[in-house]
Amino acid sequence: MDLVRGTVKNSLFAGLFFLILILLATVSLYVPPYFVILLTTILMYVIITVSWTIFSGPTRYISLASAAFFGVGVYTSALIGKVFPLPIVIVAGGLFSFILALLVGLLTLRLRGMYFIIFTFSISELIRNFLLWWETTMTGTVGRWVVMVDHVVVYYVILSIFVLVLFTSYLIRRSRFGLALRSIGEQEEAAVHIGINATWVKTIAFAISAFFMGATGAIMATKWKYIDPRIAFDPLLSFLPVLMAIFGGTGQLFGPVFGAAIFAYLEEILTTKFPYYYMLLFGSILIVVILFLPHGLVGLVQKWREGSWRRKNANP
Amino acid sequence: MRILEGEKVTKHFGGLAAVHGVDFDIDQGEVVGLIGPNGAGKTTLFNLISGSLPTTAGEIRYKDKRITGLKPHEICKRGVARTFQSAKLFAGMTVFENTLAASLFGSKRAVSVAEAEREAAELLEFVELSAAGSMQARDLSIGNRKRLEVARALATKPELLMFDEVMAGLNPSEIVQAMELIARIRSRGITIFMIEHVMKAIMNVCDRIIVLHHGRKIAEGTPREIAASRAVVEVYLGE
Repeated sequence: MDLVRGTVKNSLFAGLFFLILILLATVSLYVPPYFVILLTTILMYVIITVSWTIFSGPTRYISLASAAFFGVGVYTSALIGKVFPLPIVIVAGGLFSFILALLVGLLTLRLRGMYFIIFTFSISELIRNFLLWWETTMTGTVGRWVVMVDHVVVYYVILSIFVLVLFTSYLIRRSRFGLALRSIGEQEEAAVHIGINATWVKTIAFAISAFFMGATGAIMATKWKYIDPRIAFDPLLSFLPVLMAIFGGTGQLFGPVFGAAIFAYLEEILTTKFPYYYMLLFGSILIVVILFLPHGLVGLVQKWREGSWRRKNANP
Repeated sequence: MRILEGEKVTKHFGGLAAVHGVDFDIDQGEVVGLIGPNGAGKTTLFNLISGSLPTTAGEIRYKDKRITGLKPHEICKRGVARTFQSAKLFAGMTVFENTLAASLFGSKRAVSVAEAEREAAELLEFVELSAAGSMQARDLSIGNRKRLEVARALATKPELLMFDEVMAGLNPSEIVQAMELIARIRSRGITIFMIEHVMKAIMNVCDRIIVLHHGRKIAEGTPREIAASRAVVEVYLGE
């Protein structure tokens, strides 16, 4: 009985998901450009947050290197965007971030807790400051022009990356690799003692998550026309995915998706409607969520649903 | 045949010699106890064998191959499993997932998911935890936590299993069950090396006992010999 109900629920869910996907895929045909651009920004945050969650969700290693991986993508786009076709530029952005994450991972994943957080944060600061120094002393000009791409194309590229990252995250969650990541997050010492090569597993997951951030940076750069190290490696982009993921809840696949989508939309509304109070409002909402919803929005929905289930089955 | 062998195994923490020049060996199929007062270096010695800590000096060999310097996951895959003094479970995962993870990753050869699932179910049955399979590990009682640790260690298909105070915190009837479980594990052909404070269990279960004190081995012998040893009695009761 439960099984039947489960499959019905699952197929309903899958149906709803595909409906939303179809809507997203056709949306540029019947909405104003502003809306497409807004959706692009929201999806960008969703991608960054979902990819952040691929690594940091199960392992509970809080990474603040998102800006570094995003920025590497942005700079890849600025450097080779004029020479190569767009798909190659995007994949290259992802690959460079992937490689950077591999190196950083092998260096730092022995660190735990606070040390790891601070190290990841300094990575992106280091790259940003190095580039600033390089551009001011070596090339003489700070910042670069990026080849522009039509906003509808940007939207579809972002949408494709979104589908890819969601699919990847789903596969990892269900795989033995995902189980290894969760074991590491639960009890790393026990995990290595049941044969899990924690350093390797963590590094690969870190690199996969960096790939999507880099690819996203590469396409988003084309939307901005001009970039410099401060824009490309904006530290805010390291903190936002953490907040968005916590906001949505990292336990479920769709937690970070909803978290980032609602968060990004809220930000847009608040900045336009309350430009002076937006940070204050934003902060208050966040504090409430963190204090009262330890498993995020999705956790709240789940708890409520489980509560009603349990009541039904209390006396079988 | 010798399964585990230590030669002048030494671990210093700064100026403190937690384990100093300890020689030991364990034969295949034996149950060997490791006892000693608090701070004697028992858990440190386990940590050195399982690779949690690097040795300062000396060598540990498993089946005549040096394992000092190997990472814990490599030592696990060679066939050495352990439990922890305070059960280190994957608290937020189910009892079944805890065991499944060990089945999937613990052995050298690749295991299919279906095979690992079958094995995990069989081991939960073996430690009498089948009914709790879908419970979160954090919701288990202390006794059941210990059982799960044992099941998880067994799931890595060890030939040598090290128990670090597996009976600590158990009540008398649970201790009897634990002793019976150890006997059943032994009858599977698994060699056991165990730290234990429950003397009744140590004396009944072990073929041989090693006594550590201040990081040094002060005695070794059959339970009868150890019980009669003056040095051991002095260490435990004072002169």
